[in-house]
Amino acid sequence: MAQARLDRKEQITGWVFIAPALVLLGLFMIYPIVWSLWMSFQVGKGMNLSFGGFANILRLTKDAVFLRALGNTFTFFIFQVPIMIVLALLFAVALNDSTLKFRGFFRTAIFLPCATSLIAYSTVFKSMFAIDGVVNQTLMELHLISAPISWLGDPFWAKVLIIMAITWRWTGYNMIFYLAALQNIDRSIYEAARIDGVPAWARFRYLTIPMLKPVILFTTVISTIGTLQLFDEVYNFSAGTGGPSDSTLTLSLYIYNLTFKFMPSFGYSATVSWVIVVLVGILSFLQFMVARDRRTS
Amino acid sequence: MTFAMIRRGLVYILLSLAAFVSIFPFYWMVVGATNTSAEIIKGKSSLGDALWLNATAFFTQVDAVRIFWNSGVIAVVATVLTLAVSSLAGYGFEMFRSRIRERLFGFLLLLLSIPFAAMMVPLFVMFSQAKLVNTFTAVILPTVASIFIIFYFRQATKAFPRELRDAAKIDGLKEWQIFLYVYLPVMRSTYAAATIIVFMANWNNYLWPLVVLQTAENKTITLILSGLTAAYTPDYGMILFGTVLATLPTLFIFFLLQRRFVEGMLGAVK
Repeated sequence: MAQARLDRKEQITGWVFIAPALVLLGLFMIYPIVWSLWMSFQVGKGMNLSFGGFANILRLTKDAVFLRALGNTFTFFIFQVPIMIVLALLFAVALNDSTLKFRGFFRTAIFLPCATSLIAYSTVFKSMFAIDGVVNQTLMELHLISAPISWLGDPFWAKVLIIMAITWRWTGYNMIFYLAALQNIDRSIYEAARIDGVPAWARFRYLTIPMLKPVILFTTVISTIGTLQLFDEVYNFSAGTGGPSDSTLTLSLYIYNLTFKFMPSFGYSATVSWVIVVLVGILSFLQFMVARDRRTS
Repeated sequence: MTFAMIRRGLVYILLSLAAFVSIFPFYWMVVGATNTSAEIIKGKSSLGDALWLNATAFFTQVDAVRIFWNSGVIAVVATVLTLAVSSLAGYGFEMFRSRIRERLFGFLLLLLSIPFAAMMVPLFVMFSQAKLVNTFTAVILPTVASIFIIFYFRQATKAFPRELRDAAKIDGLKEWQIFLYVYLPVMRSTYAAATIIVFMANWNNYLWPLVVLQTAENKTITLILSGLTAAYTPDYGMILFGTVLATLPTLFIFFLLQRRFVEGMLGAVK
């Protein structure tokens, strides 16, 4: 940071440049966040709210639907994020090889799903995974399954479908971050390692992974936030119910239902939304800790 | 040597499989638009002759011009405003560093982890008190100052040569002129990448529009498609026809700006 101290005029200019963003963020982000924190301690229906202390938090522990939604959200997170990150990394490393043919085609193809809306692709998936649909037919022709799978009707397979769908949509997005980072890595380090006889997997494990760590951490945190907020896909797959039998109900969908579908209880739904905030906080913290540990060992 | 060839072969198989899985749903969507709903859920994956039928069904059920106009206006206005506000802020944070602004920036990054659900209820109450529910203003305003895009512009600005700014200052340009006539043209790729991200996010935005847009004539194409899919027996042929139409604008922007997008991302990650 070899730069001269800002003079008074530049100090003011700095504030002027960020002022519009600050005003908007204050009004439409910080104020609602503070308000919702306050709301989460309020009980009552509609706008008739009164202070309830920890009543909402107690209610959480006894709310079977909430616990179900929490469990589902966690299941999606545990399976989806690692699968996607590993796939994205694999594709990025494969595509980073400049001797590979059709690189541009592969990159565009894998990145293409990002151009679809969450609603558009979940509709397409819903029609592909119909009981007599193209996916079941193909699986049966390949003799991988003997009877059609009820992707939308079975609680287990409905979850699998959601995980596959999200992975389809977001793997290419994460891959682009890794590709960009890989292209910034100095090639001579790899050359030196290769000449020293370091095998490919070891180069990947001890050179690529450590150098990509900041980007991996960034994408993992971003994906964690995204998965914990999962709404569009489950809403569209289940026509808003989170079915079959609440098996795809997520925290965000539950908040939506609490606020706009049932008798609105703003206070309690704010409490549920803060559960997501706390979860994101804890998980991001853990991910930072894991990343730091690896560095020292 | 043979081992290397086998590995190479495996890489091609893996990538081809990934490319196939990525592209097939697009193929399915286009083919589906030409088949009847019954054929689609029976897994017919070749072109059919129901395109006209699907198109007619779609245009009779959906006021398409109106709905696409809504989506377009919201996405374009939101994108222009977001790019303006967020690039100004990203430039400001990077070019004029001070201790207070660094702290503020760190605080904003923390806010990035707070999910939209936590603001949704107060936002809805705010907009209903302001009598702005069911307006485009309500859809657009909360999305305009995006911390993620501010962060993105700040990262990219690190690569902007300071000498250019110093030279422009010596030439007597004012701060806003430097931003408009020097920074903006130099950072084209960054703006292009941000345009893709922001336009797509707004065109495809679902939860917040679902909450604030209430009458059918104000809804976006994303909301309408979701509504059609939620029917007890959805007419997939008609819906996939609509899905193709709804995906065309984002695909168009994607291919138009793809090269710049990758360049822009490279700049941001550096």
